[in-house]
Amino acid sequence: MSPIIEANNVSRTYAGHGGLFRPKSYVRAVEDVSLSVEQGETLAVIGESGSGKSTLGQVLLGLAPASAGDVRFRDAALSPAGSRQWREQRAEMQLIYQDPLAALDPRLTIAEQIREPLDIHQIGTPEERAQRVDEVARDVGLQPVHLSRRPHELSGGQRQRAVIARAMASKPVLLVCDEPVSALDVSIQAQVINTFRRLQRMSGVAMVFISHDLKVVRNIAHRVAVMYLGRIVEEAPADVIFANPQHPYTKALVSSVPIPGKPLGDRVILQGEPPNPAARPSGCAFHPRCPVAVAQCRTSVPELHSNAEHRRVACHLVAEVRGAAA
Amino acid sequence: MNSAPLMAIRGLEVTFGTSRVVHGIDLDIAAGEALGVVGESGCGKSVTWLAALGLLPGMAATSGSVRFQGQELCNAPRATLENVRGRRIAMIFQDPSSCLNPVRRVGPQLVEAVTLHTNLRGDEAKTEVLRLMELVGIPDRAARFNLYPHEFSGGQSQRLMIAMALAGRPDILVADEPTTALDATIQAQILDLLGRLRRETGMALIFISHDLGAVSQVCDRIAVMYAGRVVETGAVTEIFAHPRHPYTVGLLNSIPRLDGGQDDLLTIPGAVPDPSHLPPGCAFAARCARADETCATAIPPLRGDGAAVACWHAALPNPSLREAALA
Ligand SMILES: Nc1ncnc2c1ncn2[C@@H]1O[C@H](COP(=O)(O)OP(=O)(O)OP(=O)(O)O)[C@@H](O)[C@H]1O
Ligand SMILES: Nc1ncnc2c1ncn2[C@@H]1O[C@H](COP(=O)(O)OP(=O)(O)OP(=O)(O)O)[C@@H](O)[C@H]1O
Ligand SMILES: [Mg+2]
Ligand SMILES: [Mg+2]
Repeated sequence: MSPIIEANNVSRTYAGHGGLFRPKSYVRAVEDVSLSVEQGETLAVIGESGSGKSTLGQVLLGLAPASAGDVRFRDAALSPAGSRQWREQRAEMQLIYQDPLAALDPRLTIAEQIREPLDIHQIGTPEERAQRVDEVARDVGLQPVHLSRRPHELSGGQRQRAVIARAMASKPVLLVCDEPVSALDVSIQAQVINTFRRLQRMSGVAMVFISHDLKVVRNIAHRVAVMYLGRIVEEAPADVIFANPQHPYTKALVSSVPIPGKPLGDRVILQGEPPNPAARPSGCAFHPRCPVAVAQCRTSVPELHSNAEHRRVACHLVAEVRGAAA
Repeated sequence: MNSAPLMAIRGLEVTFGTSRVVHGIDLDIAAGEALGVVGESGCGKSVTWLAALGLLPGMAATSGSVRFQGQELCNAPRATLENVRGRRIAMIFQDPSSCLNPVRRVGPQLVEAVTLHTNLRGDEAKTEVLRLMELVGIPDRAARFNLYPHEFSGGQSQRLMIAMALAGRPDILVADEPTTALDATIQAQILDLLGRLRRETGMALIFISHDLGAVSQVCDRIAVMYAGRVVETGAVTEIFAHPRHPYTVGLLNSIPRLDGGQDDLLTIPGAVPDPSHLPPGCAFAARCARADETCATAIPPLRGDGAAVACWHAALPNPSLREAALA
């Protein structure tokens, strides 16, 4: 089966401001990232602030062009943003942001907003569009009374479900969700996560789920890619990566998640500063914070190697262990 | 608890204009303890502590009693409050920029805080600042003394804010969502720091958060708030093992687990009510499977000693605790 979306060695670089006396700096927000997502599958992208998660999501949707590498959507090259072909492709891929209130127009009713993408992409007759609105609203668990309301008359969870309904109205095959539940309270968050899962089961939509909440990711994702300063440093099935992280950064990340009901105990606390994308360390970007770094890590960038269990890891030391075991 | 509490809050109510958002809070803080305050957005976590410290804007009406070491703080004269704030009780907020002046160097700002709250002056004050910077884990502190706030990372700014709060060697530190804006690995460092500071200084810590995981790491005791009231309090380990209020049960169930699978999460149906438009009975009744007519009409009081719950149909306390009490 061919993947719904595929990225091959994509990079995206932003030109920094530079100062009066400073040379222009470049931020390599995404660097040499390859990934693919199949139908009915959820790939989570996790990593610290500034690691390039949102930029990657925008590159996948063609909203930000890749400065190197290529993105393929359903076996075809992604067309340049704004072109007619791209708009056709865009109807099949949707983006969901963190803040539901910002994503909705305060003046329009929920029904009008859910219907918007159908009008924009001229999908179906007016009757069919109205029918689709009712159908997709029911799918996400909104009640008919909600449809005639405006965003401020709904709860946070209902608003985010309205956003999801709008994204699903055109029957997309790919959904990129950028921190879709981060702004929600836990009790509401649980409702929305269940909604995503149910929709995926019903429609087979492929999802890229960007989040910094590892507990949420554990619950919803099939596979997880961990980013550090623009690169994927580890990727593996969700059950494998949380039970047995291999990259030292993934280990620290998993260990940093506070477990409700458990005191601090003896978990590993990563020392050192958060990474600065404008001053990317040489070699492995993680080496200044890495508890096991050796000389090689300062000079050479580890490649993302595949190993057993469908896992990819970019670490000289993990690669060595692998080599020794082989 | 036999000795008198360090701080005792009784019947604290806060009203903005015509809408009441805090509906009578009773809480005791013992010296040196760490209390976690949890609950969903808008339930009154921040307002409760801002009111207790007299930090709310003038339009807010506060009533009830807040006694700190026997001294009444609720609607106390400004001089009394200023004497207590910063020195005896310090508060840190989620957003470091709200506390540090962006156009002044960090060191001198800290020296000013130390001078304001202690008798230390000149070189002694500077030595104290360097000690505080070391205490909160700022590397290379002598060199960083003269930097501006924007030259520090988010985690370091949060550390500086904690250092500033510690300047008066307070008896209570109120930390309002101090790690929410931070990345996971940096959040872990700050939680670790707060736990260590409390052990080393013996101050009490009020840790306000909606992250039950973070709260369990640094606190001994939890107060769960819902719609402007405390609905359950107890030891962290007890509440997680034997939650008694249906809302606490729902809250714990709805958090996904890192060691869990991919089943649907259990959810609390419905949504949090607007705290200024509450039903006449229990505010949680509309979302509660145990609710009956009593719940619709009468507000359950917070009952119990040490571990308390406000529910007409609360689950029984941990059986082993009950037996121990009877024995
Ligand atoms: N439009 C832009 N112009 C310049 N730099 C940008 C732009 N967008 C992002 N960046 C930079 O690219 C890097 C990656 O940013 P990105 O938003 O992709 O990170 P992220 O992983 O989504 O972070 P967060 O978790 O904070 O949302 C950052 O250093 C950011 O400052
Ligand atoms: N200055 C104000 N004027 C009017 N209403 C206010 C004001 N400050 C807070 N409120 C209201 O008081 C209630 C409690 O707010 P509070 O900030 O204590 O919530 P919280 O529990 O801290 O929530 P969060 O987790 O989002 O920080 C909310 O309904 C809020 O809208
Ligand atoms: Mg982002
Ligand atoms: Mg608050």
